[in-house]
Amino acid sequence: MLDWLADVDWSDIWQNTLDTLTMLGGSTLFTLILGLPIGILLYMTRRGQLLEQPVVYWVLSVVVNVLRSVPFIILMILVIPVTKFLVGTSLGVRGTIPPLVIGAAPFFARLVETSLREVDRGVVEAAQSMGASKWQIIRRVLLPEARPGLIAGITITAVTLVGYTAMSGAIGGGGLGDLAIRYGYYRFETTVMIITVIILLILVQILQMIGDRLVRHYSRK
Amino acid sequence: MIKLSGIRKDYQAGRGTITALDTLNLEVGRGEIFGVIGHSGAGKSTLIRTINLLERPTDGTVHIDGIELTALNGRRLQQERSNIGMIFQHFNLLSSATVAENIAFPLSLSKAPRAEIERRVRELVGLVGLEGQENKYPAQLSGGQKQRVGIARALATNPKVLLCDEATSALDPQTTKSILSLLLEINRELGITIVLITHEMAVIRSICDRVAVLDGGRIVESGAVADVFLKPQHPTTREFVAQTEDAADARLIDTDDSKPRDRTRIRVTFVGEQTYEPVLYETMRDTGVPFIILQGTVSRLKETPYGQLVLELKGSGEETERAVLALRNRGLDVEVMDHA
Repeated sequence: MLDWLADVDWSDIWQNTLDTLTMLGGSTLFTLILGLPIGILLYMTRRGQLLEQPVVYWVLSVVVNVLRSVPFIILMILVIPVTKFLVGTSLGVRGTIPPLVIGAAPFFARLVETSLREVDRGVVEAAQSMGASKWQIIRRVLLPEARPGLIAGITITAVTLVGYTAMSGAIGGGGLGDLAIRYGYYRFETTVMIITVIILLILVQILQMIGDRLVRHYSRK
Repeated sequence: MIKLSGIRKDYQAGRGTITALDTLNLEVGRGEIFGVIGHSGAGKSTLIRTINLLERPTDGTVHIDGIELTALNGRRLQQERSNIGMIFQHFNLLSSATVAENIAFPLSLSKAPRAEIERRVRELVGLVGLEGQENKYPAQLSGGQKQRVGIARALATNPKVLLCDEATSALDPQTTKSILSLLLEINRELGITIVLITHEMAVIRSICDRVAVLDGGRIVESGAVADVFLKPQHPTTREFVAQTEDAADARLIDTDDSKPRDRTRIRVTFVGEQTYEPVLYETMRDTGVPFIILQGTVSRLKETPYGQLVLELKGSGEETERAVLALRNRGLDVEVMDHA
């Protein structure tokens, strides 16, 4: 009954799953590291906010929008020189992480900005009235108060990155997306394609579940 | 303790400017409970935020305890703000922190040692009566309890001044009462100076020593609560005073048509110990002028009993004049509202 599974090269699938997980982990991590400060800066420099800087806000905002409007597959190719400069190659797991981060960080930054804007202005004002510095307001008020929204944002970003990693297979990034294209698309080996899709589905499901749990755990309203 | 001089605050609104506060001067003494009353849009919020410079005035100076806040910036201003506690209409608690963590917040901002924070939090929880609620989150508390957390948090750094921004406006009357008596208790026991803004005359009446009436960004009337409340001069003040009276009663004395010619209406005001003396009865007995009570209030302003009656005296001009004089001689304040 399971004959059609017999020819599948499981070690190949396992290796590519690991590659995808590495790409996903690495790119999510760097997306957070890069996107969180940009998101905070977007929020803080906005008109009427604590660090009001219309010019800085405008420049950041335009850069973020430009990066977000370029389709990921094009962006990947466009940033090849940057990738080579950063990690020495534009291929393999290492070569995909920079384009993934450049594609996802602006997206995540906007999500950060949006969740910070959800924080009650009154609470920020209360902290100011107690003599909190701007840094303390970010660290002690904005980030903890926005925590559920930020976690939801991280979840959405990670799920989006699962899709991006699959796409990066197209330009030689490896991983499950690469596998799906090579076997499923070029060689008409549908089984492998279905298996990779199922693995990606499970991955997304797990990420979403963990994210939802954490959001619920940290929600106090 | 607090001195605002020549405060002016302009906002840019589109092409024009809106003046929220207009060359405003205000002085609040140490240990006083000072109320500012006004309609929404009168500039109350801007005024109270000017005191701790959450709103920097366009012009004018703010002194707190001899220090000119308007001359300070950055770090120094942040330090000075820990001498000024503030509570808010919507409490503004950290929803992600427990009651104890909220109260500890201002102390941890100034990096106080952990043991000291714990001791102080215990003390404050006791002061505001929230024992047993320390580990709850704000969402699990009632409005009154949230404001108690707000008060405890505002007091954590032992401030000299407490600013109350419509602190009871979101609370029901019963809870309002309990929060006001807590504020009064804090004022007495800690000697802290309190400035509150409100649109409710009842709040002013129950705890304030002095009051200022704000209208269109200016103080139109100010003074001891008893003076302003019992003898309101400005139309806005009268409006606020009327809030606390029965509208039907006011109509009763306003219609002049049915009044017989031999009657004179007077308003008698007495404050303090006089409230408990049979002054009115004795005077009227001695002068022999019969009277009707058209309207009357006997109540308290903060802790001071007072009464205000509108009487109609029956008799000739001469007789009623004698009665008025006799009442005045007993120390009552008498205003002749009209002559027959």
